[in-house]
Amino acid sequence: MDKLIIKDFDLYYDDFHALKDINMNIAENEITAFIGPSGCGKSSLLKSINRMNDLVEGCKITGEILLDNKNIFDKDVDVNQIRKRIGMVFQKPNPFPMSIYDNIAYGPRTHNIKNKAKLDEIVEKSLRDAAIWDEVKDDLKKNALRVSGGQQQRLCIARCIAMKPEVILMDEPCSALDPISTTKIEDLIHKLKNDFTIIIVTHNMQQATRVSKHTAFFLNGEIVESGLTNRIFIEPEDKRTEDYITGRFG
Amino acid sequence: MNNFKSYVIRFLVKVSALITFGALFFIIGYILYRGVPSLRPSLFEFKYTTTNVSMFPSIVTTLMLVFSTLILVTPIGVFTGFYLIEYAHRGNKFVEVIRITTETLSGIPSIVYGLFGMLFFVYRLDFSYSLIAGILTASIMVLPLIIRSTEEALIAVDDSLREASFGLGAGKLRTIFRVVLPVAMPGILSGIILSIGRIVGETAALIYTLGTATKMTDGLFSSGRTLAVQMYVLSNEGLHVNESFATGVILLMIILIINGLSTYLSNKLTKGRID
Repeated sequence: MDKLIIKDFDLYYDDFHALKDINMNIAENEITAFIGPSGCGKSSLLKSINRMNDLVEGCKITGEILLDNKNIFDKDVDVNQIRKRIGMVFQKPNPFPMSIYDNIAYGPRTHNIKNKAKLDEIVEKSLRDAAIWDEVKDDLKKNALRVSGGQQQRLCIARCIAMKPEVILMDEPCSALDPISTTKIEDLIHKLKNDFTIIIVTHNMQQATRVSKHTAFFLNGEIVESGLTNRIFIEPEDKRTEDYITGRFG
Repeated sequence: MNNFKSYVIRFLVKVSALITFGALFFIIGYILYRGVPSLRPSLFEFKYTTTNVSMFPSIVTTLMLVFSTLILVTPIGVFTGFYLIEYAHRGNKFVEVIRITTETLSGIPSIVYGLFGMLFFVYRLDFSYSLIAGILTASIMVLPLIIRSTEEALIAVDDSLREASFGLGAGKLRTIFRVVLPVAMPGILSGIILSIGRIVGETAALIYTLGTATKMTDGLFSSGRTLAVQMYVLSNEGLHVNESFATGVILLMIILIINGLSTYLSNKLTKGRID
């Protein structure tokens, strides 16, 4: 079952042609990894999937991205609804400078859940699902900026899943973290795939092999090769993929 | 050698700090020394006469001027700052014009505002010397301050916070009011406090707009004098220099109270839901 279908997708930043004719299907409740060297367009594609690129001046797109067979760029689509259904976790942990509780409740409140008991329930469940409840349950009133970087990133994941999205986009979620926090987040990502479709952008090829079922390799704005992660890392079809994963460039 | 250098630098830093604090304490101390002994109950009588030189009408006029000006100018200034940073496209010509204008206006000496206020509000619009002419002149004078400090406070807010909010499906308005504003509040507030200081300490722009009437202002179209103008006039006349210092003491206290109040209010408004 394909949750997302990307069709004939092109993206320009002013005159720069950043993504060229991307075609790709993303399977539901699986983890897909985007790999490739810096500037290859993988983050640009990721940010197009929940239309964060709308905020970038000079960014133009052509083609379609279908979420459950509905183009997210259609005129009658509410961009805020798209971002509720497709959540995002950023490279640098970016909790709001407010309490842990208010951070997690921000998304639900945005989407008009005001009932206190209901919010309490969502906050607890999200923090449990993000495997951070035991560490913060006594400090829900504490400012979210006062916990460690790894905990902040798991809070951001909790904040994201509190909206009950269908898809979670992760833009190098571990690149600012130490190895122990990275392990925790990878374990978490594994657990989350039961409930969410996950796309993760990563520079770290070991990470891609550890967490993802499918992998797409990007180079200069094109997808060179995509398919099952095991196959791509063991017997890549394209010479360039092989060069990249064996560390000859990038 | 390095040790010697760091010793010299540390010495210079300490001396500078000492000079600054010394000057500040000397000024405040001198005002208190001259002013406090002259504080008499008669200085706070309801009506000003040439014998009691009461500052009570001036206190009321000062507070009315400060609060009315802030009520008028804070929303305009803050929203202009929001427009410039959050809504306007970068490189927009109109925005550049606003920016150059505010920068130029913030550097103009206040007597120029006074002259403009007199010619335009007092004569052209025929407000005569009045509270409203004073408020409008003071507003134009502090508007650039508030716009600039709002802009700087907003620029300092990390874009990743805006991204996080948009990424959660929040609209622009919610992002600005729930995420950006609380973070920017201390910076915006410091602009407002600066403005209060500028209005309270202003004489040149007010003598020619608000006027120097000794009675309490009893409406937008009546003249009055602020504490700073009262000080200026008293010391100019030379008969009540000590009372002028006493007025200075009260002025200091009023500034302390207003600043404390603004900090307290902004904490109530924003931090209440944060910590």
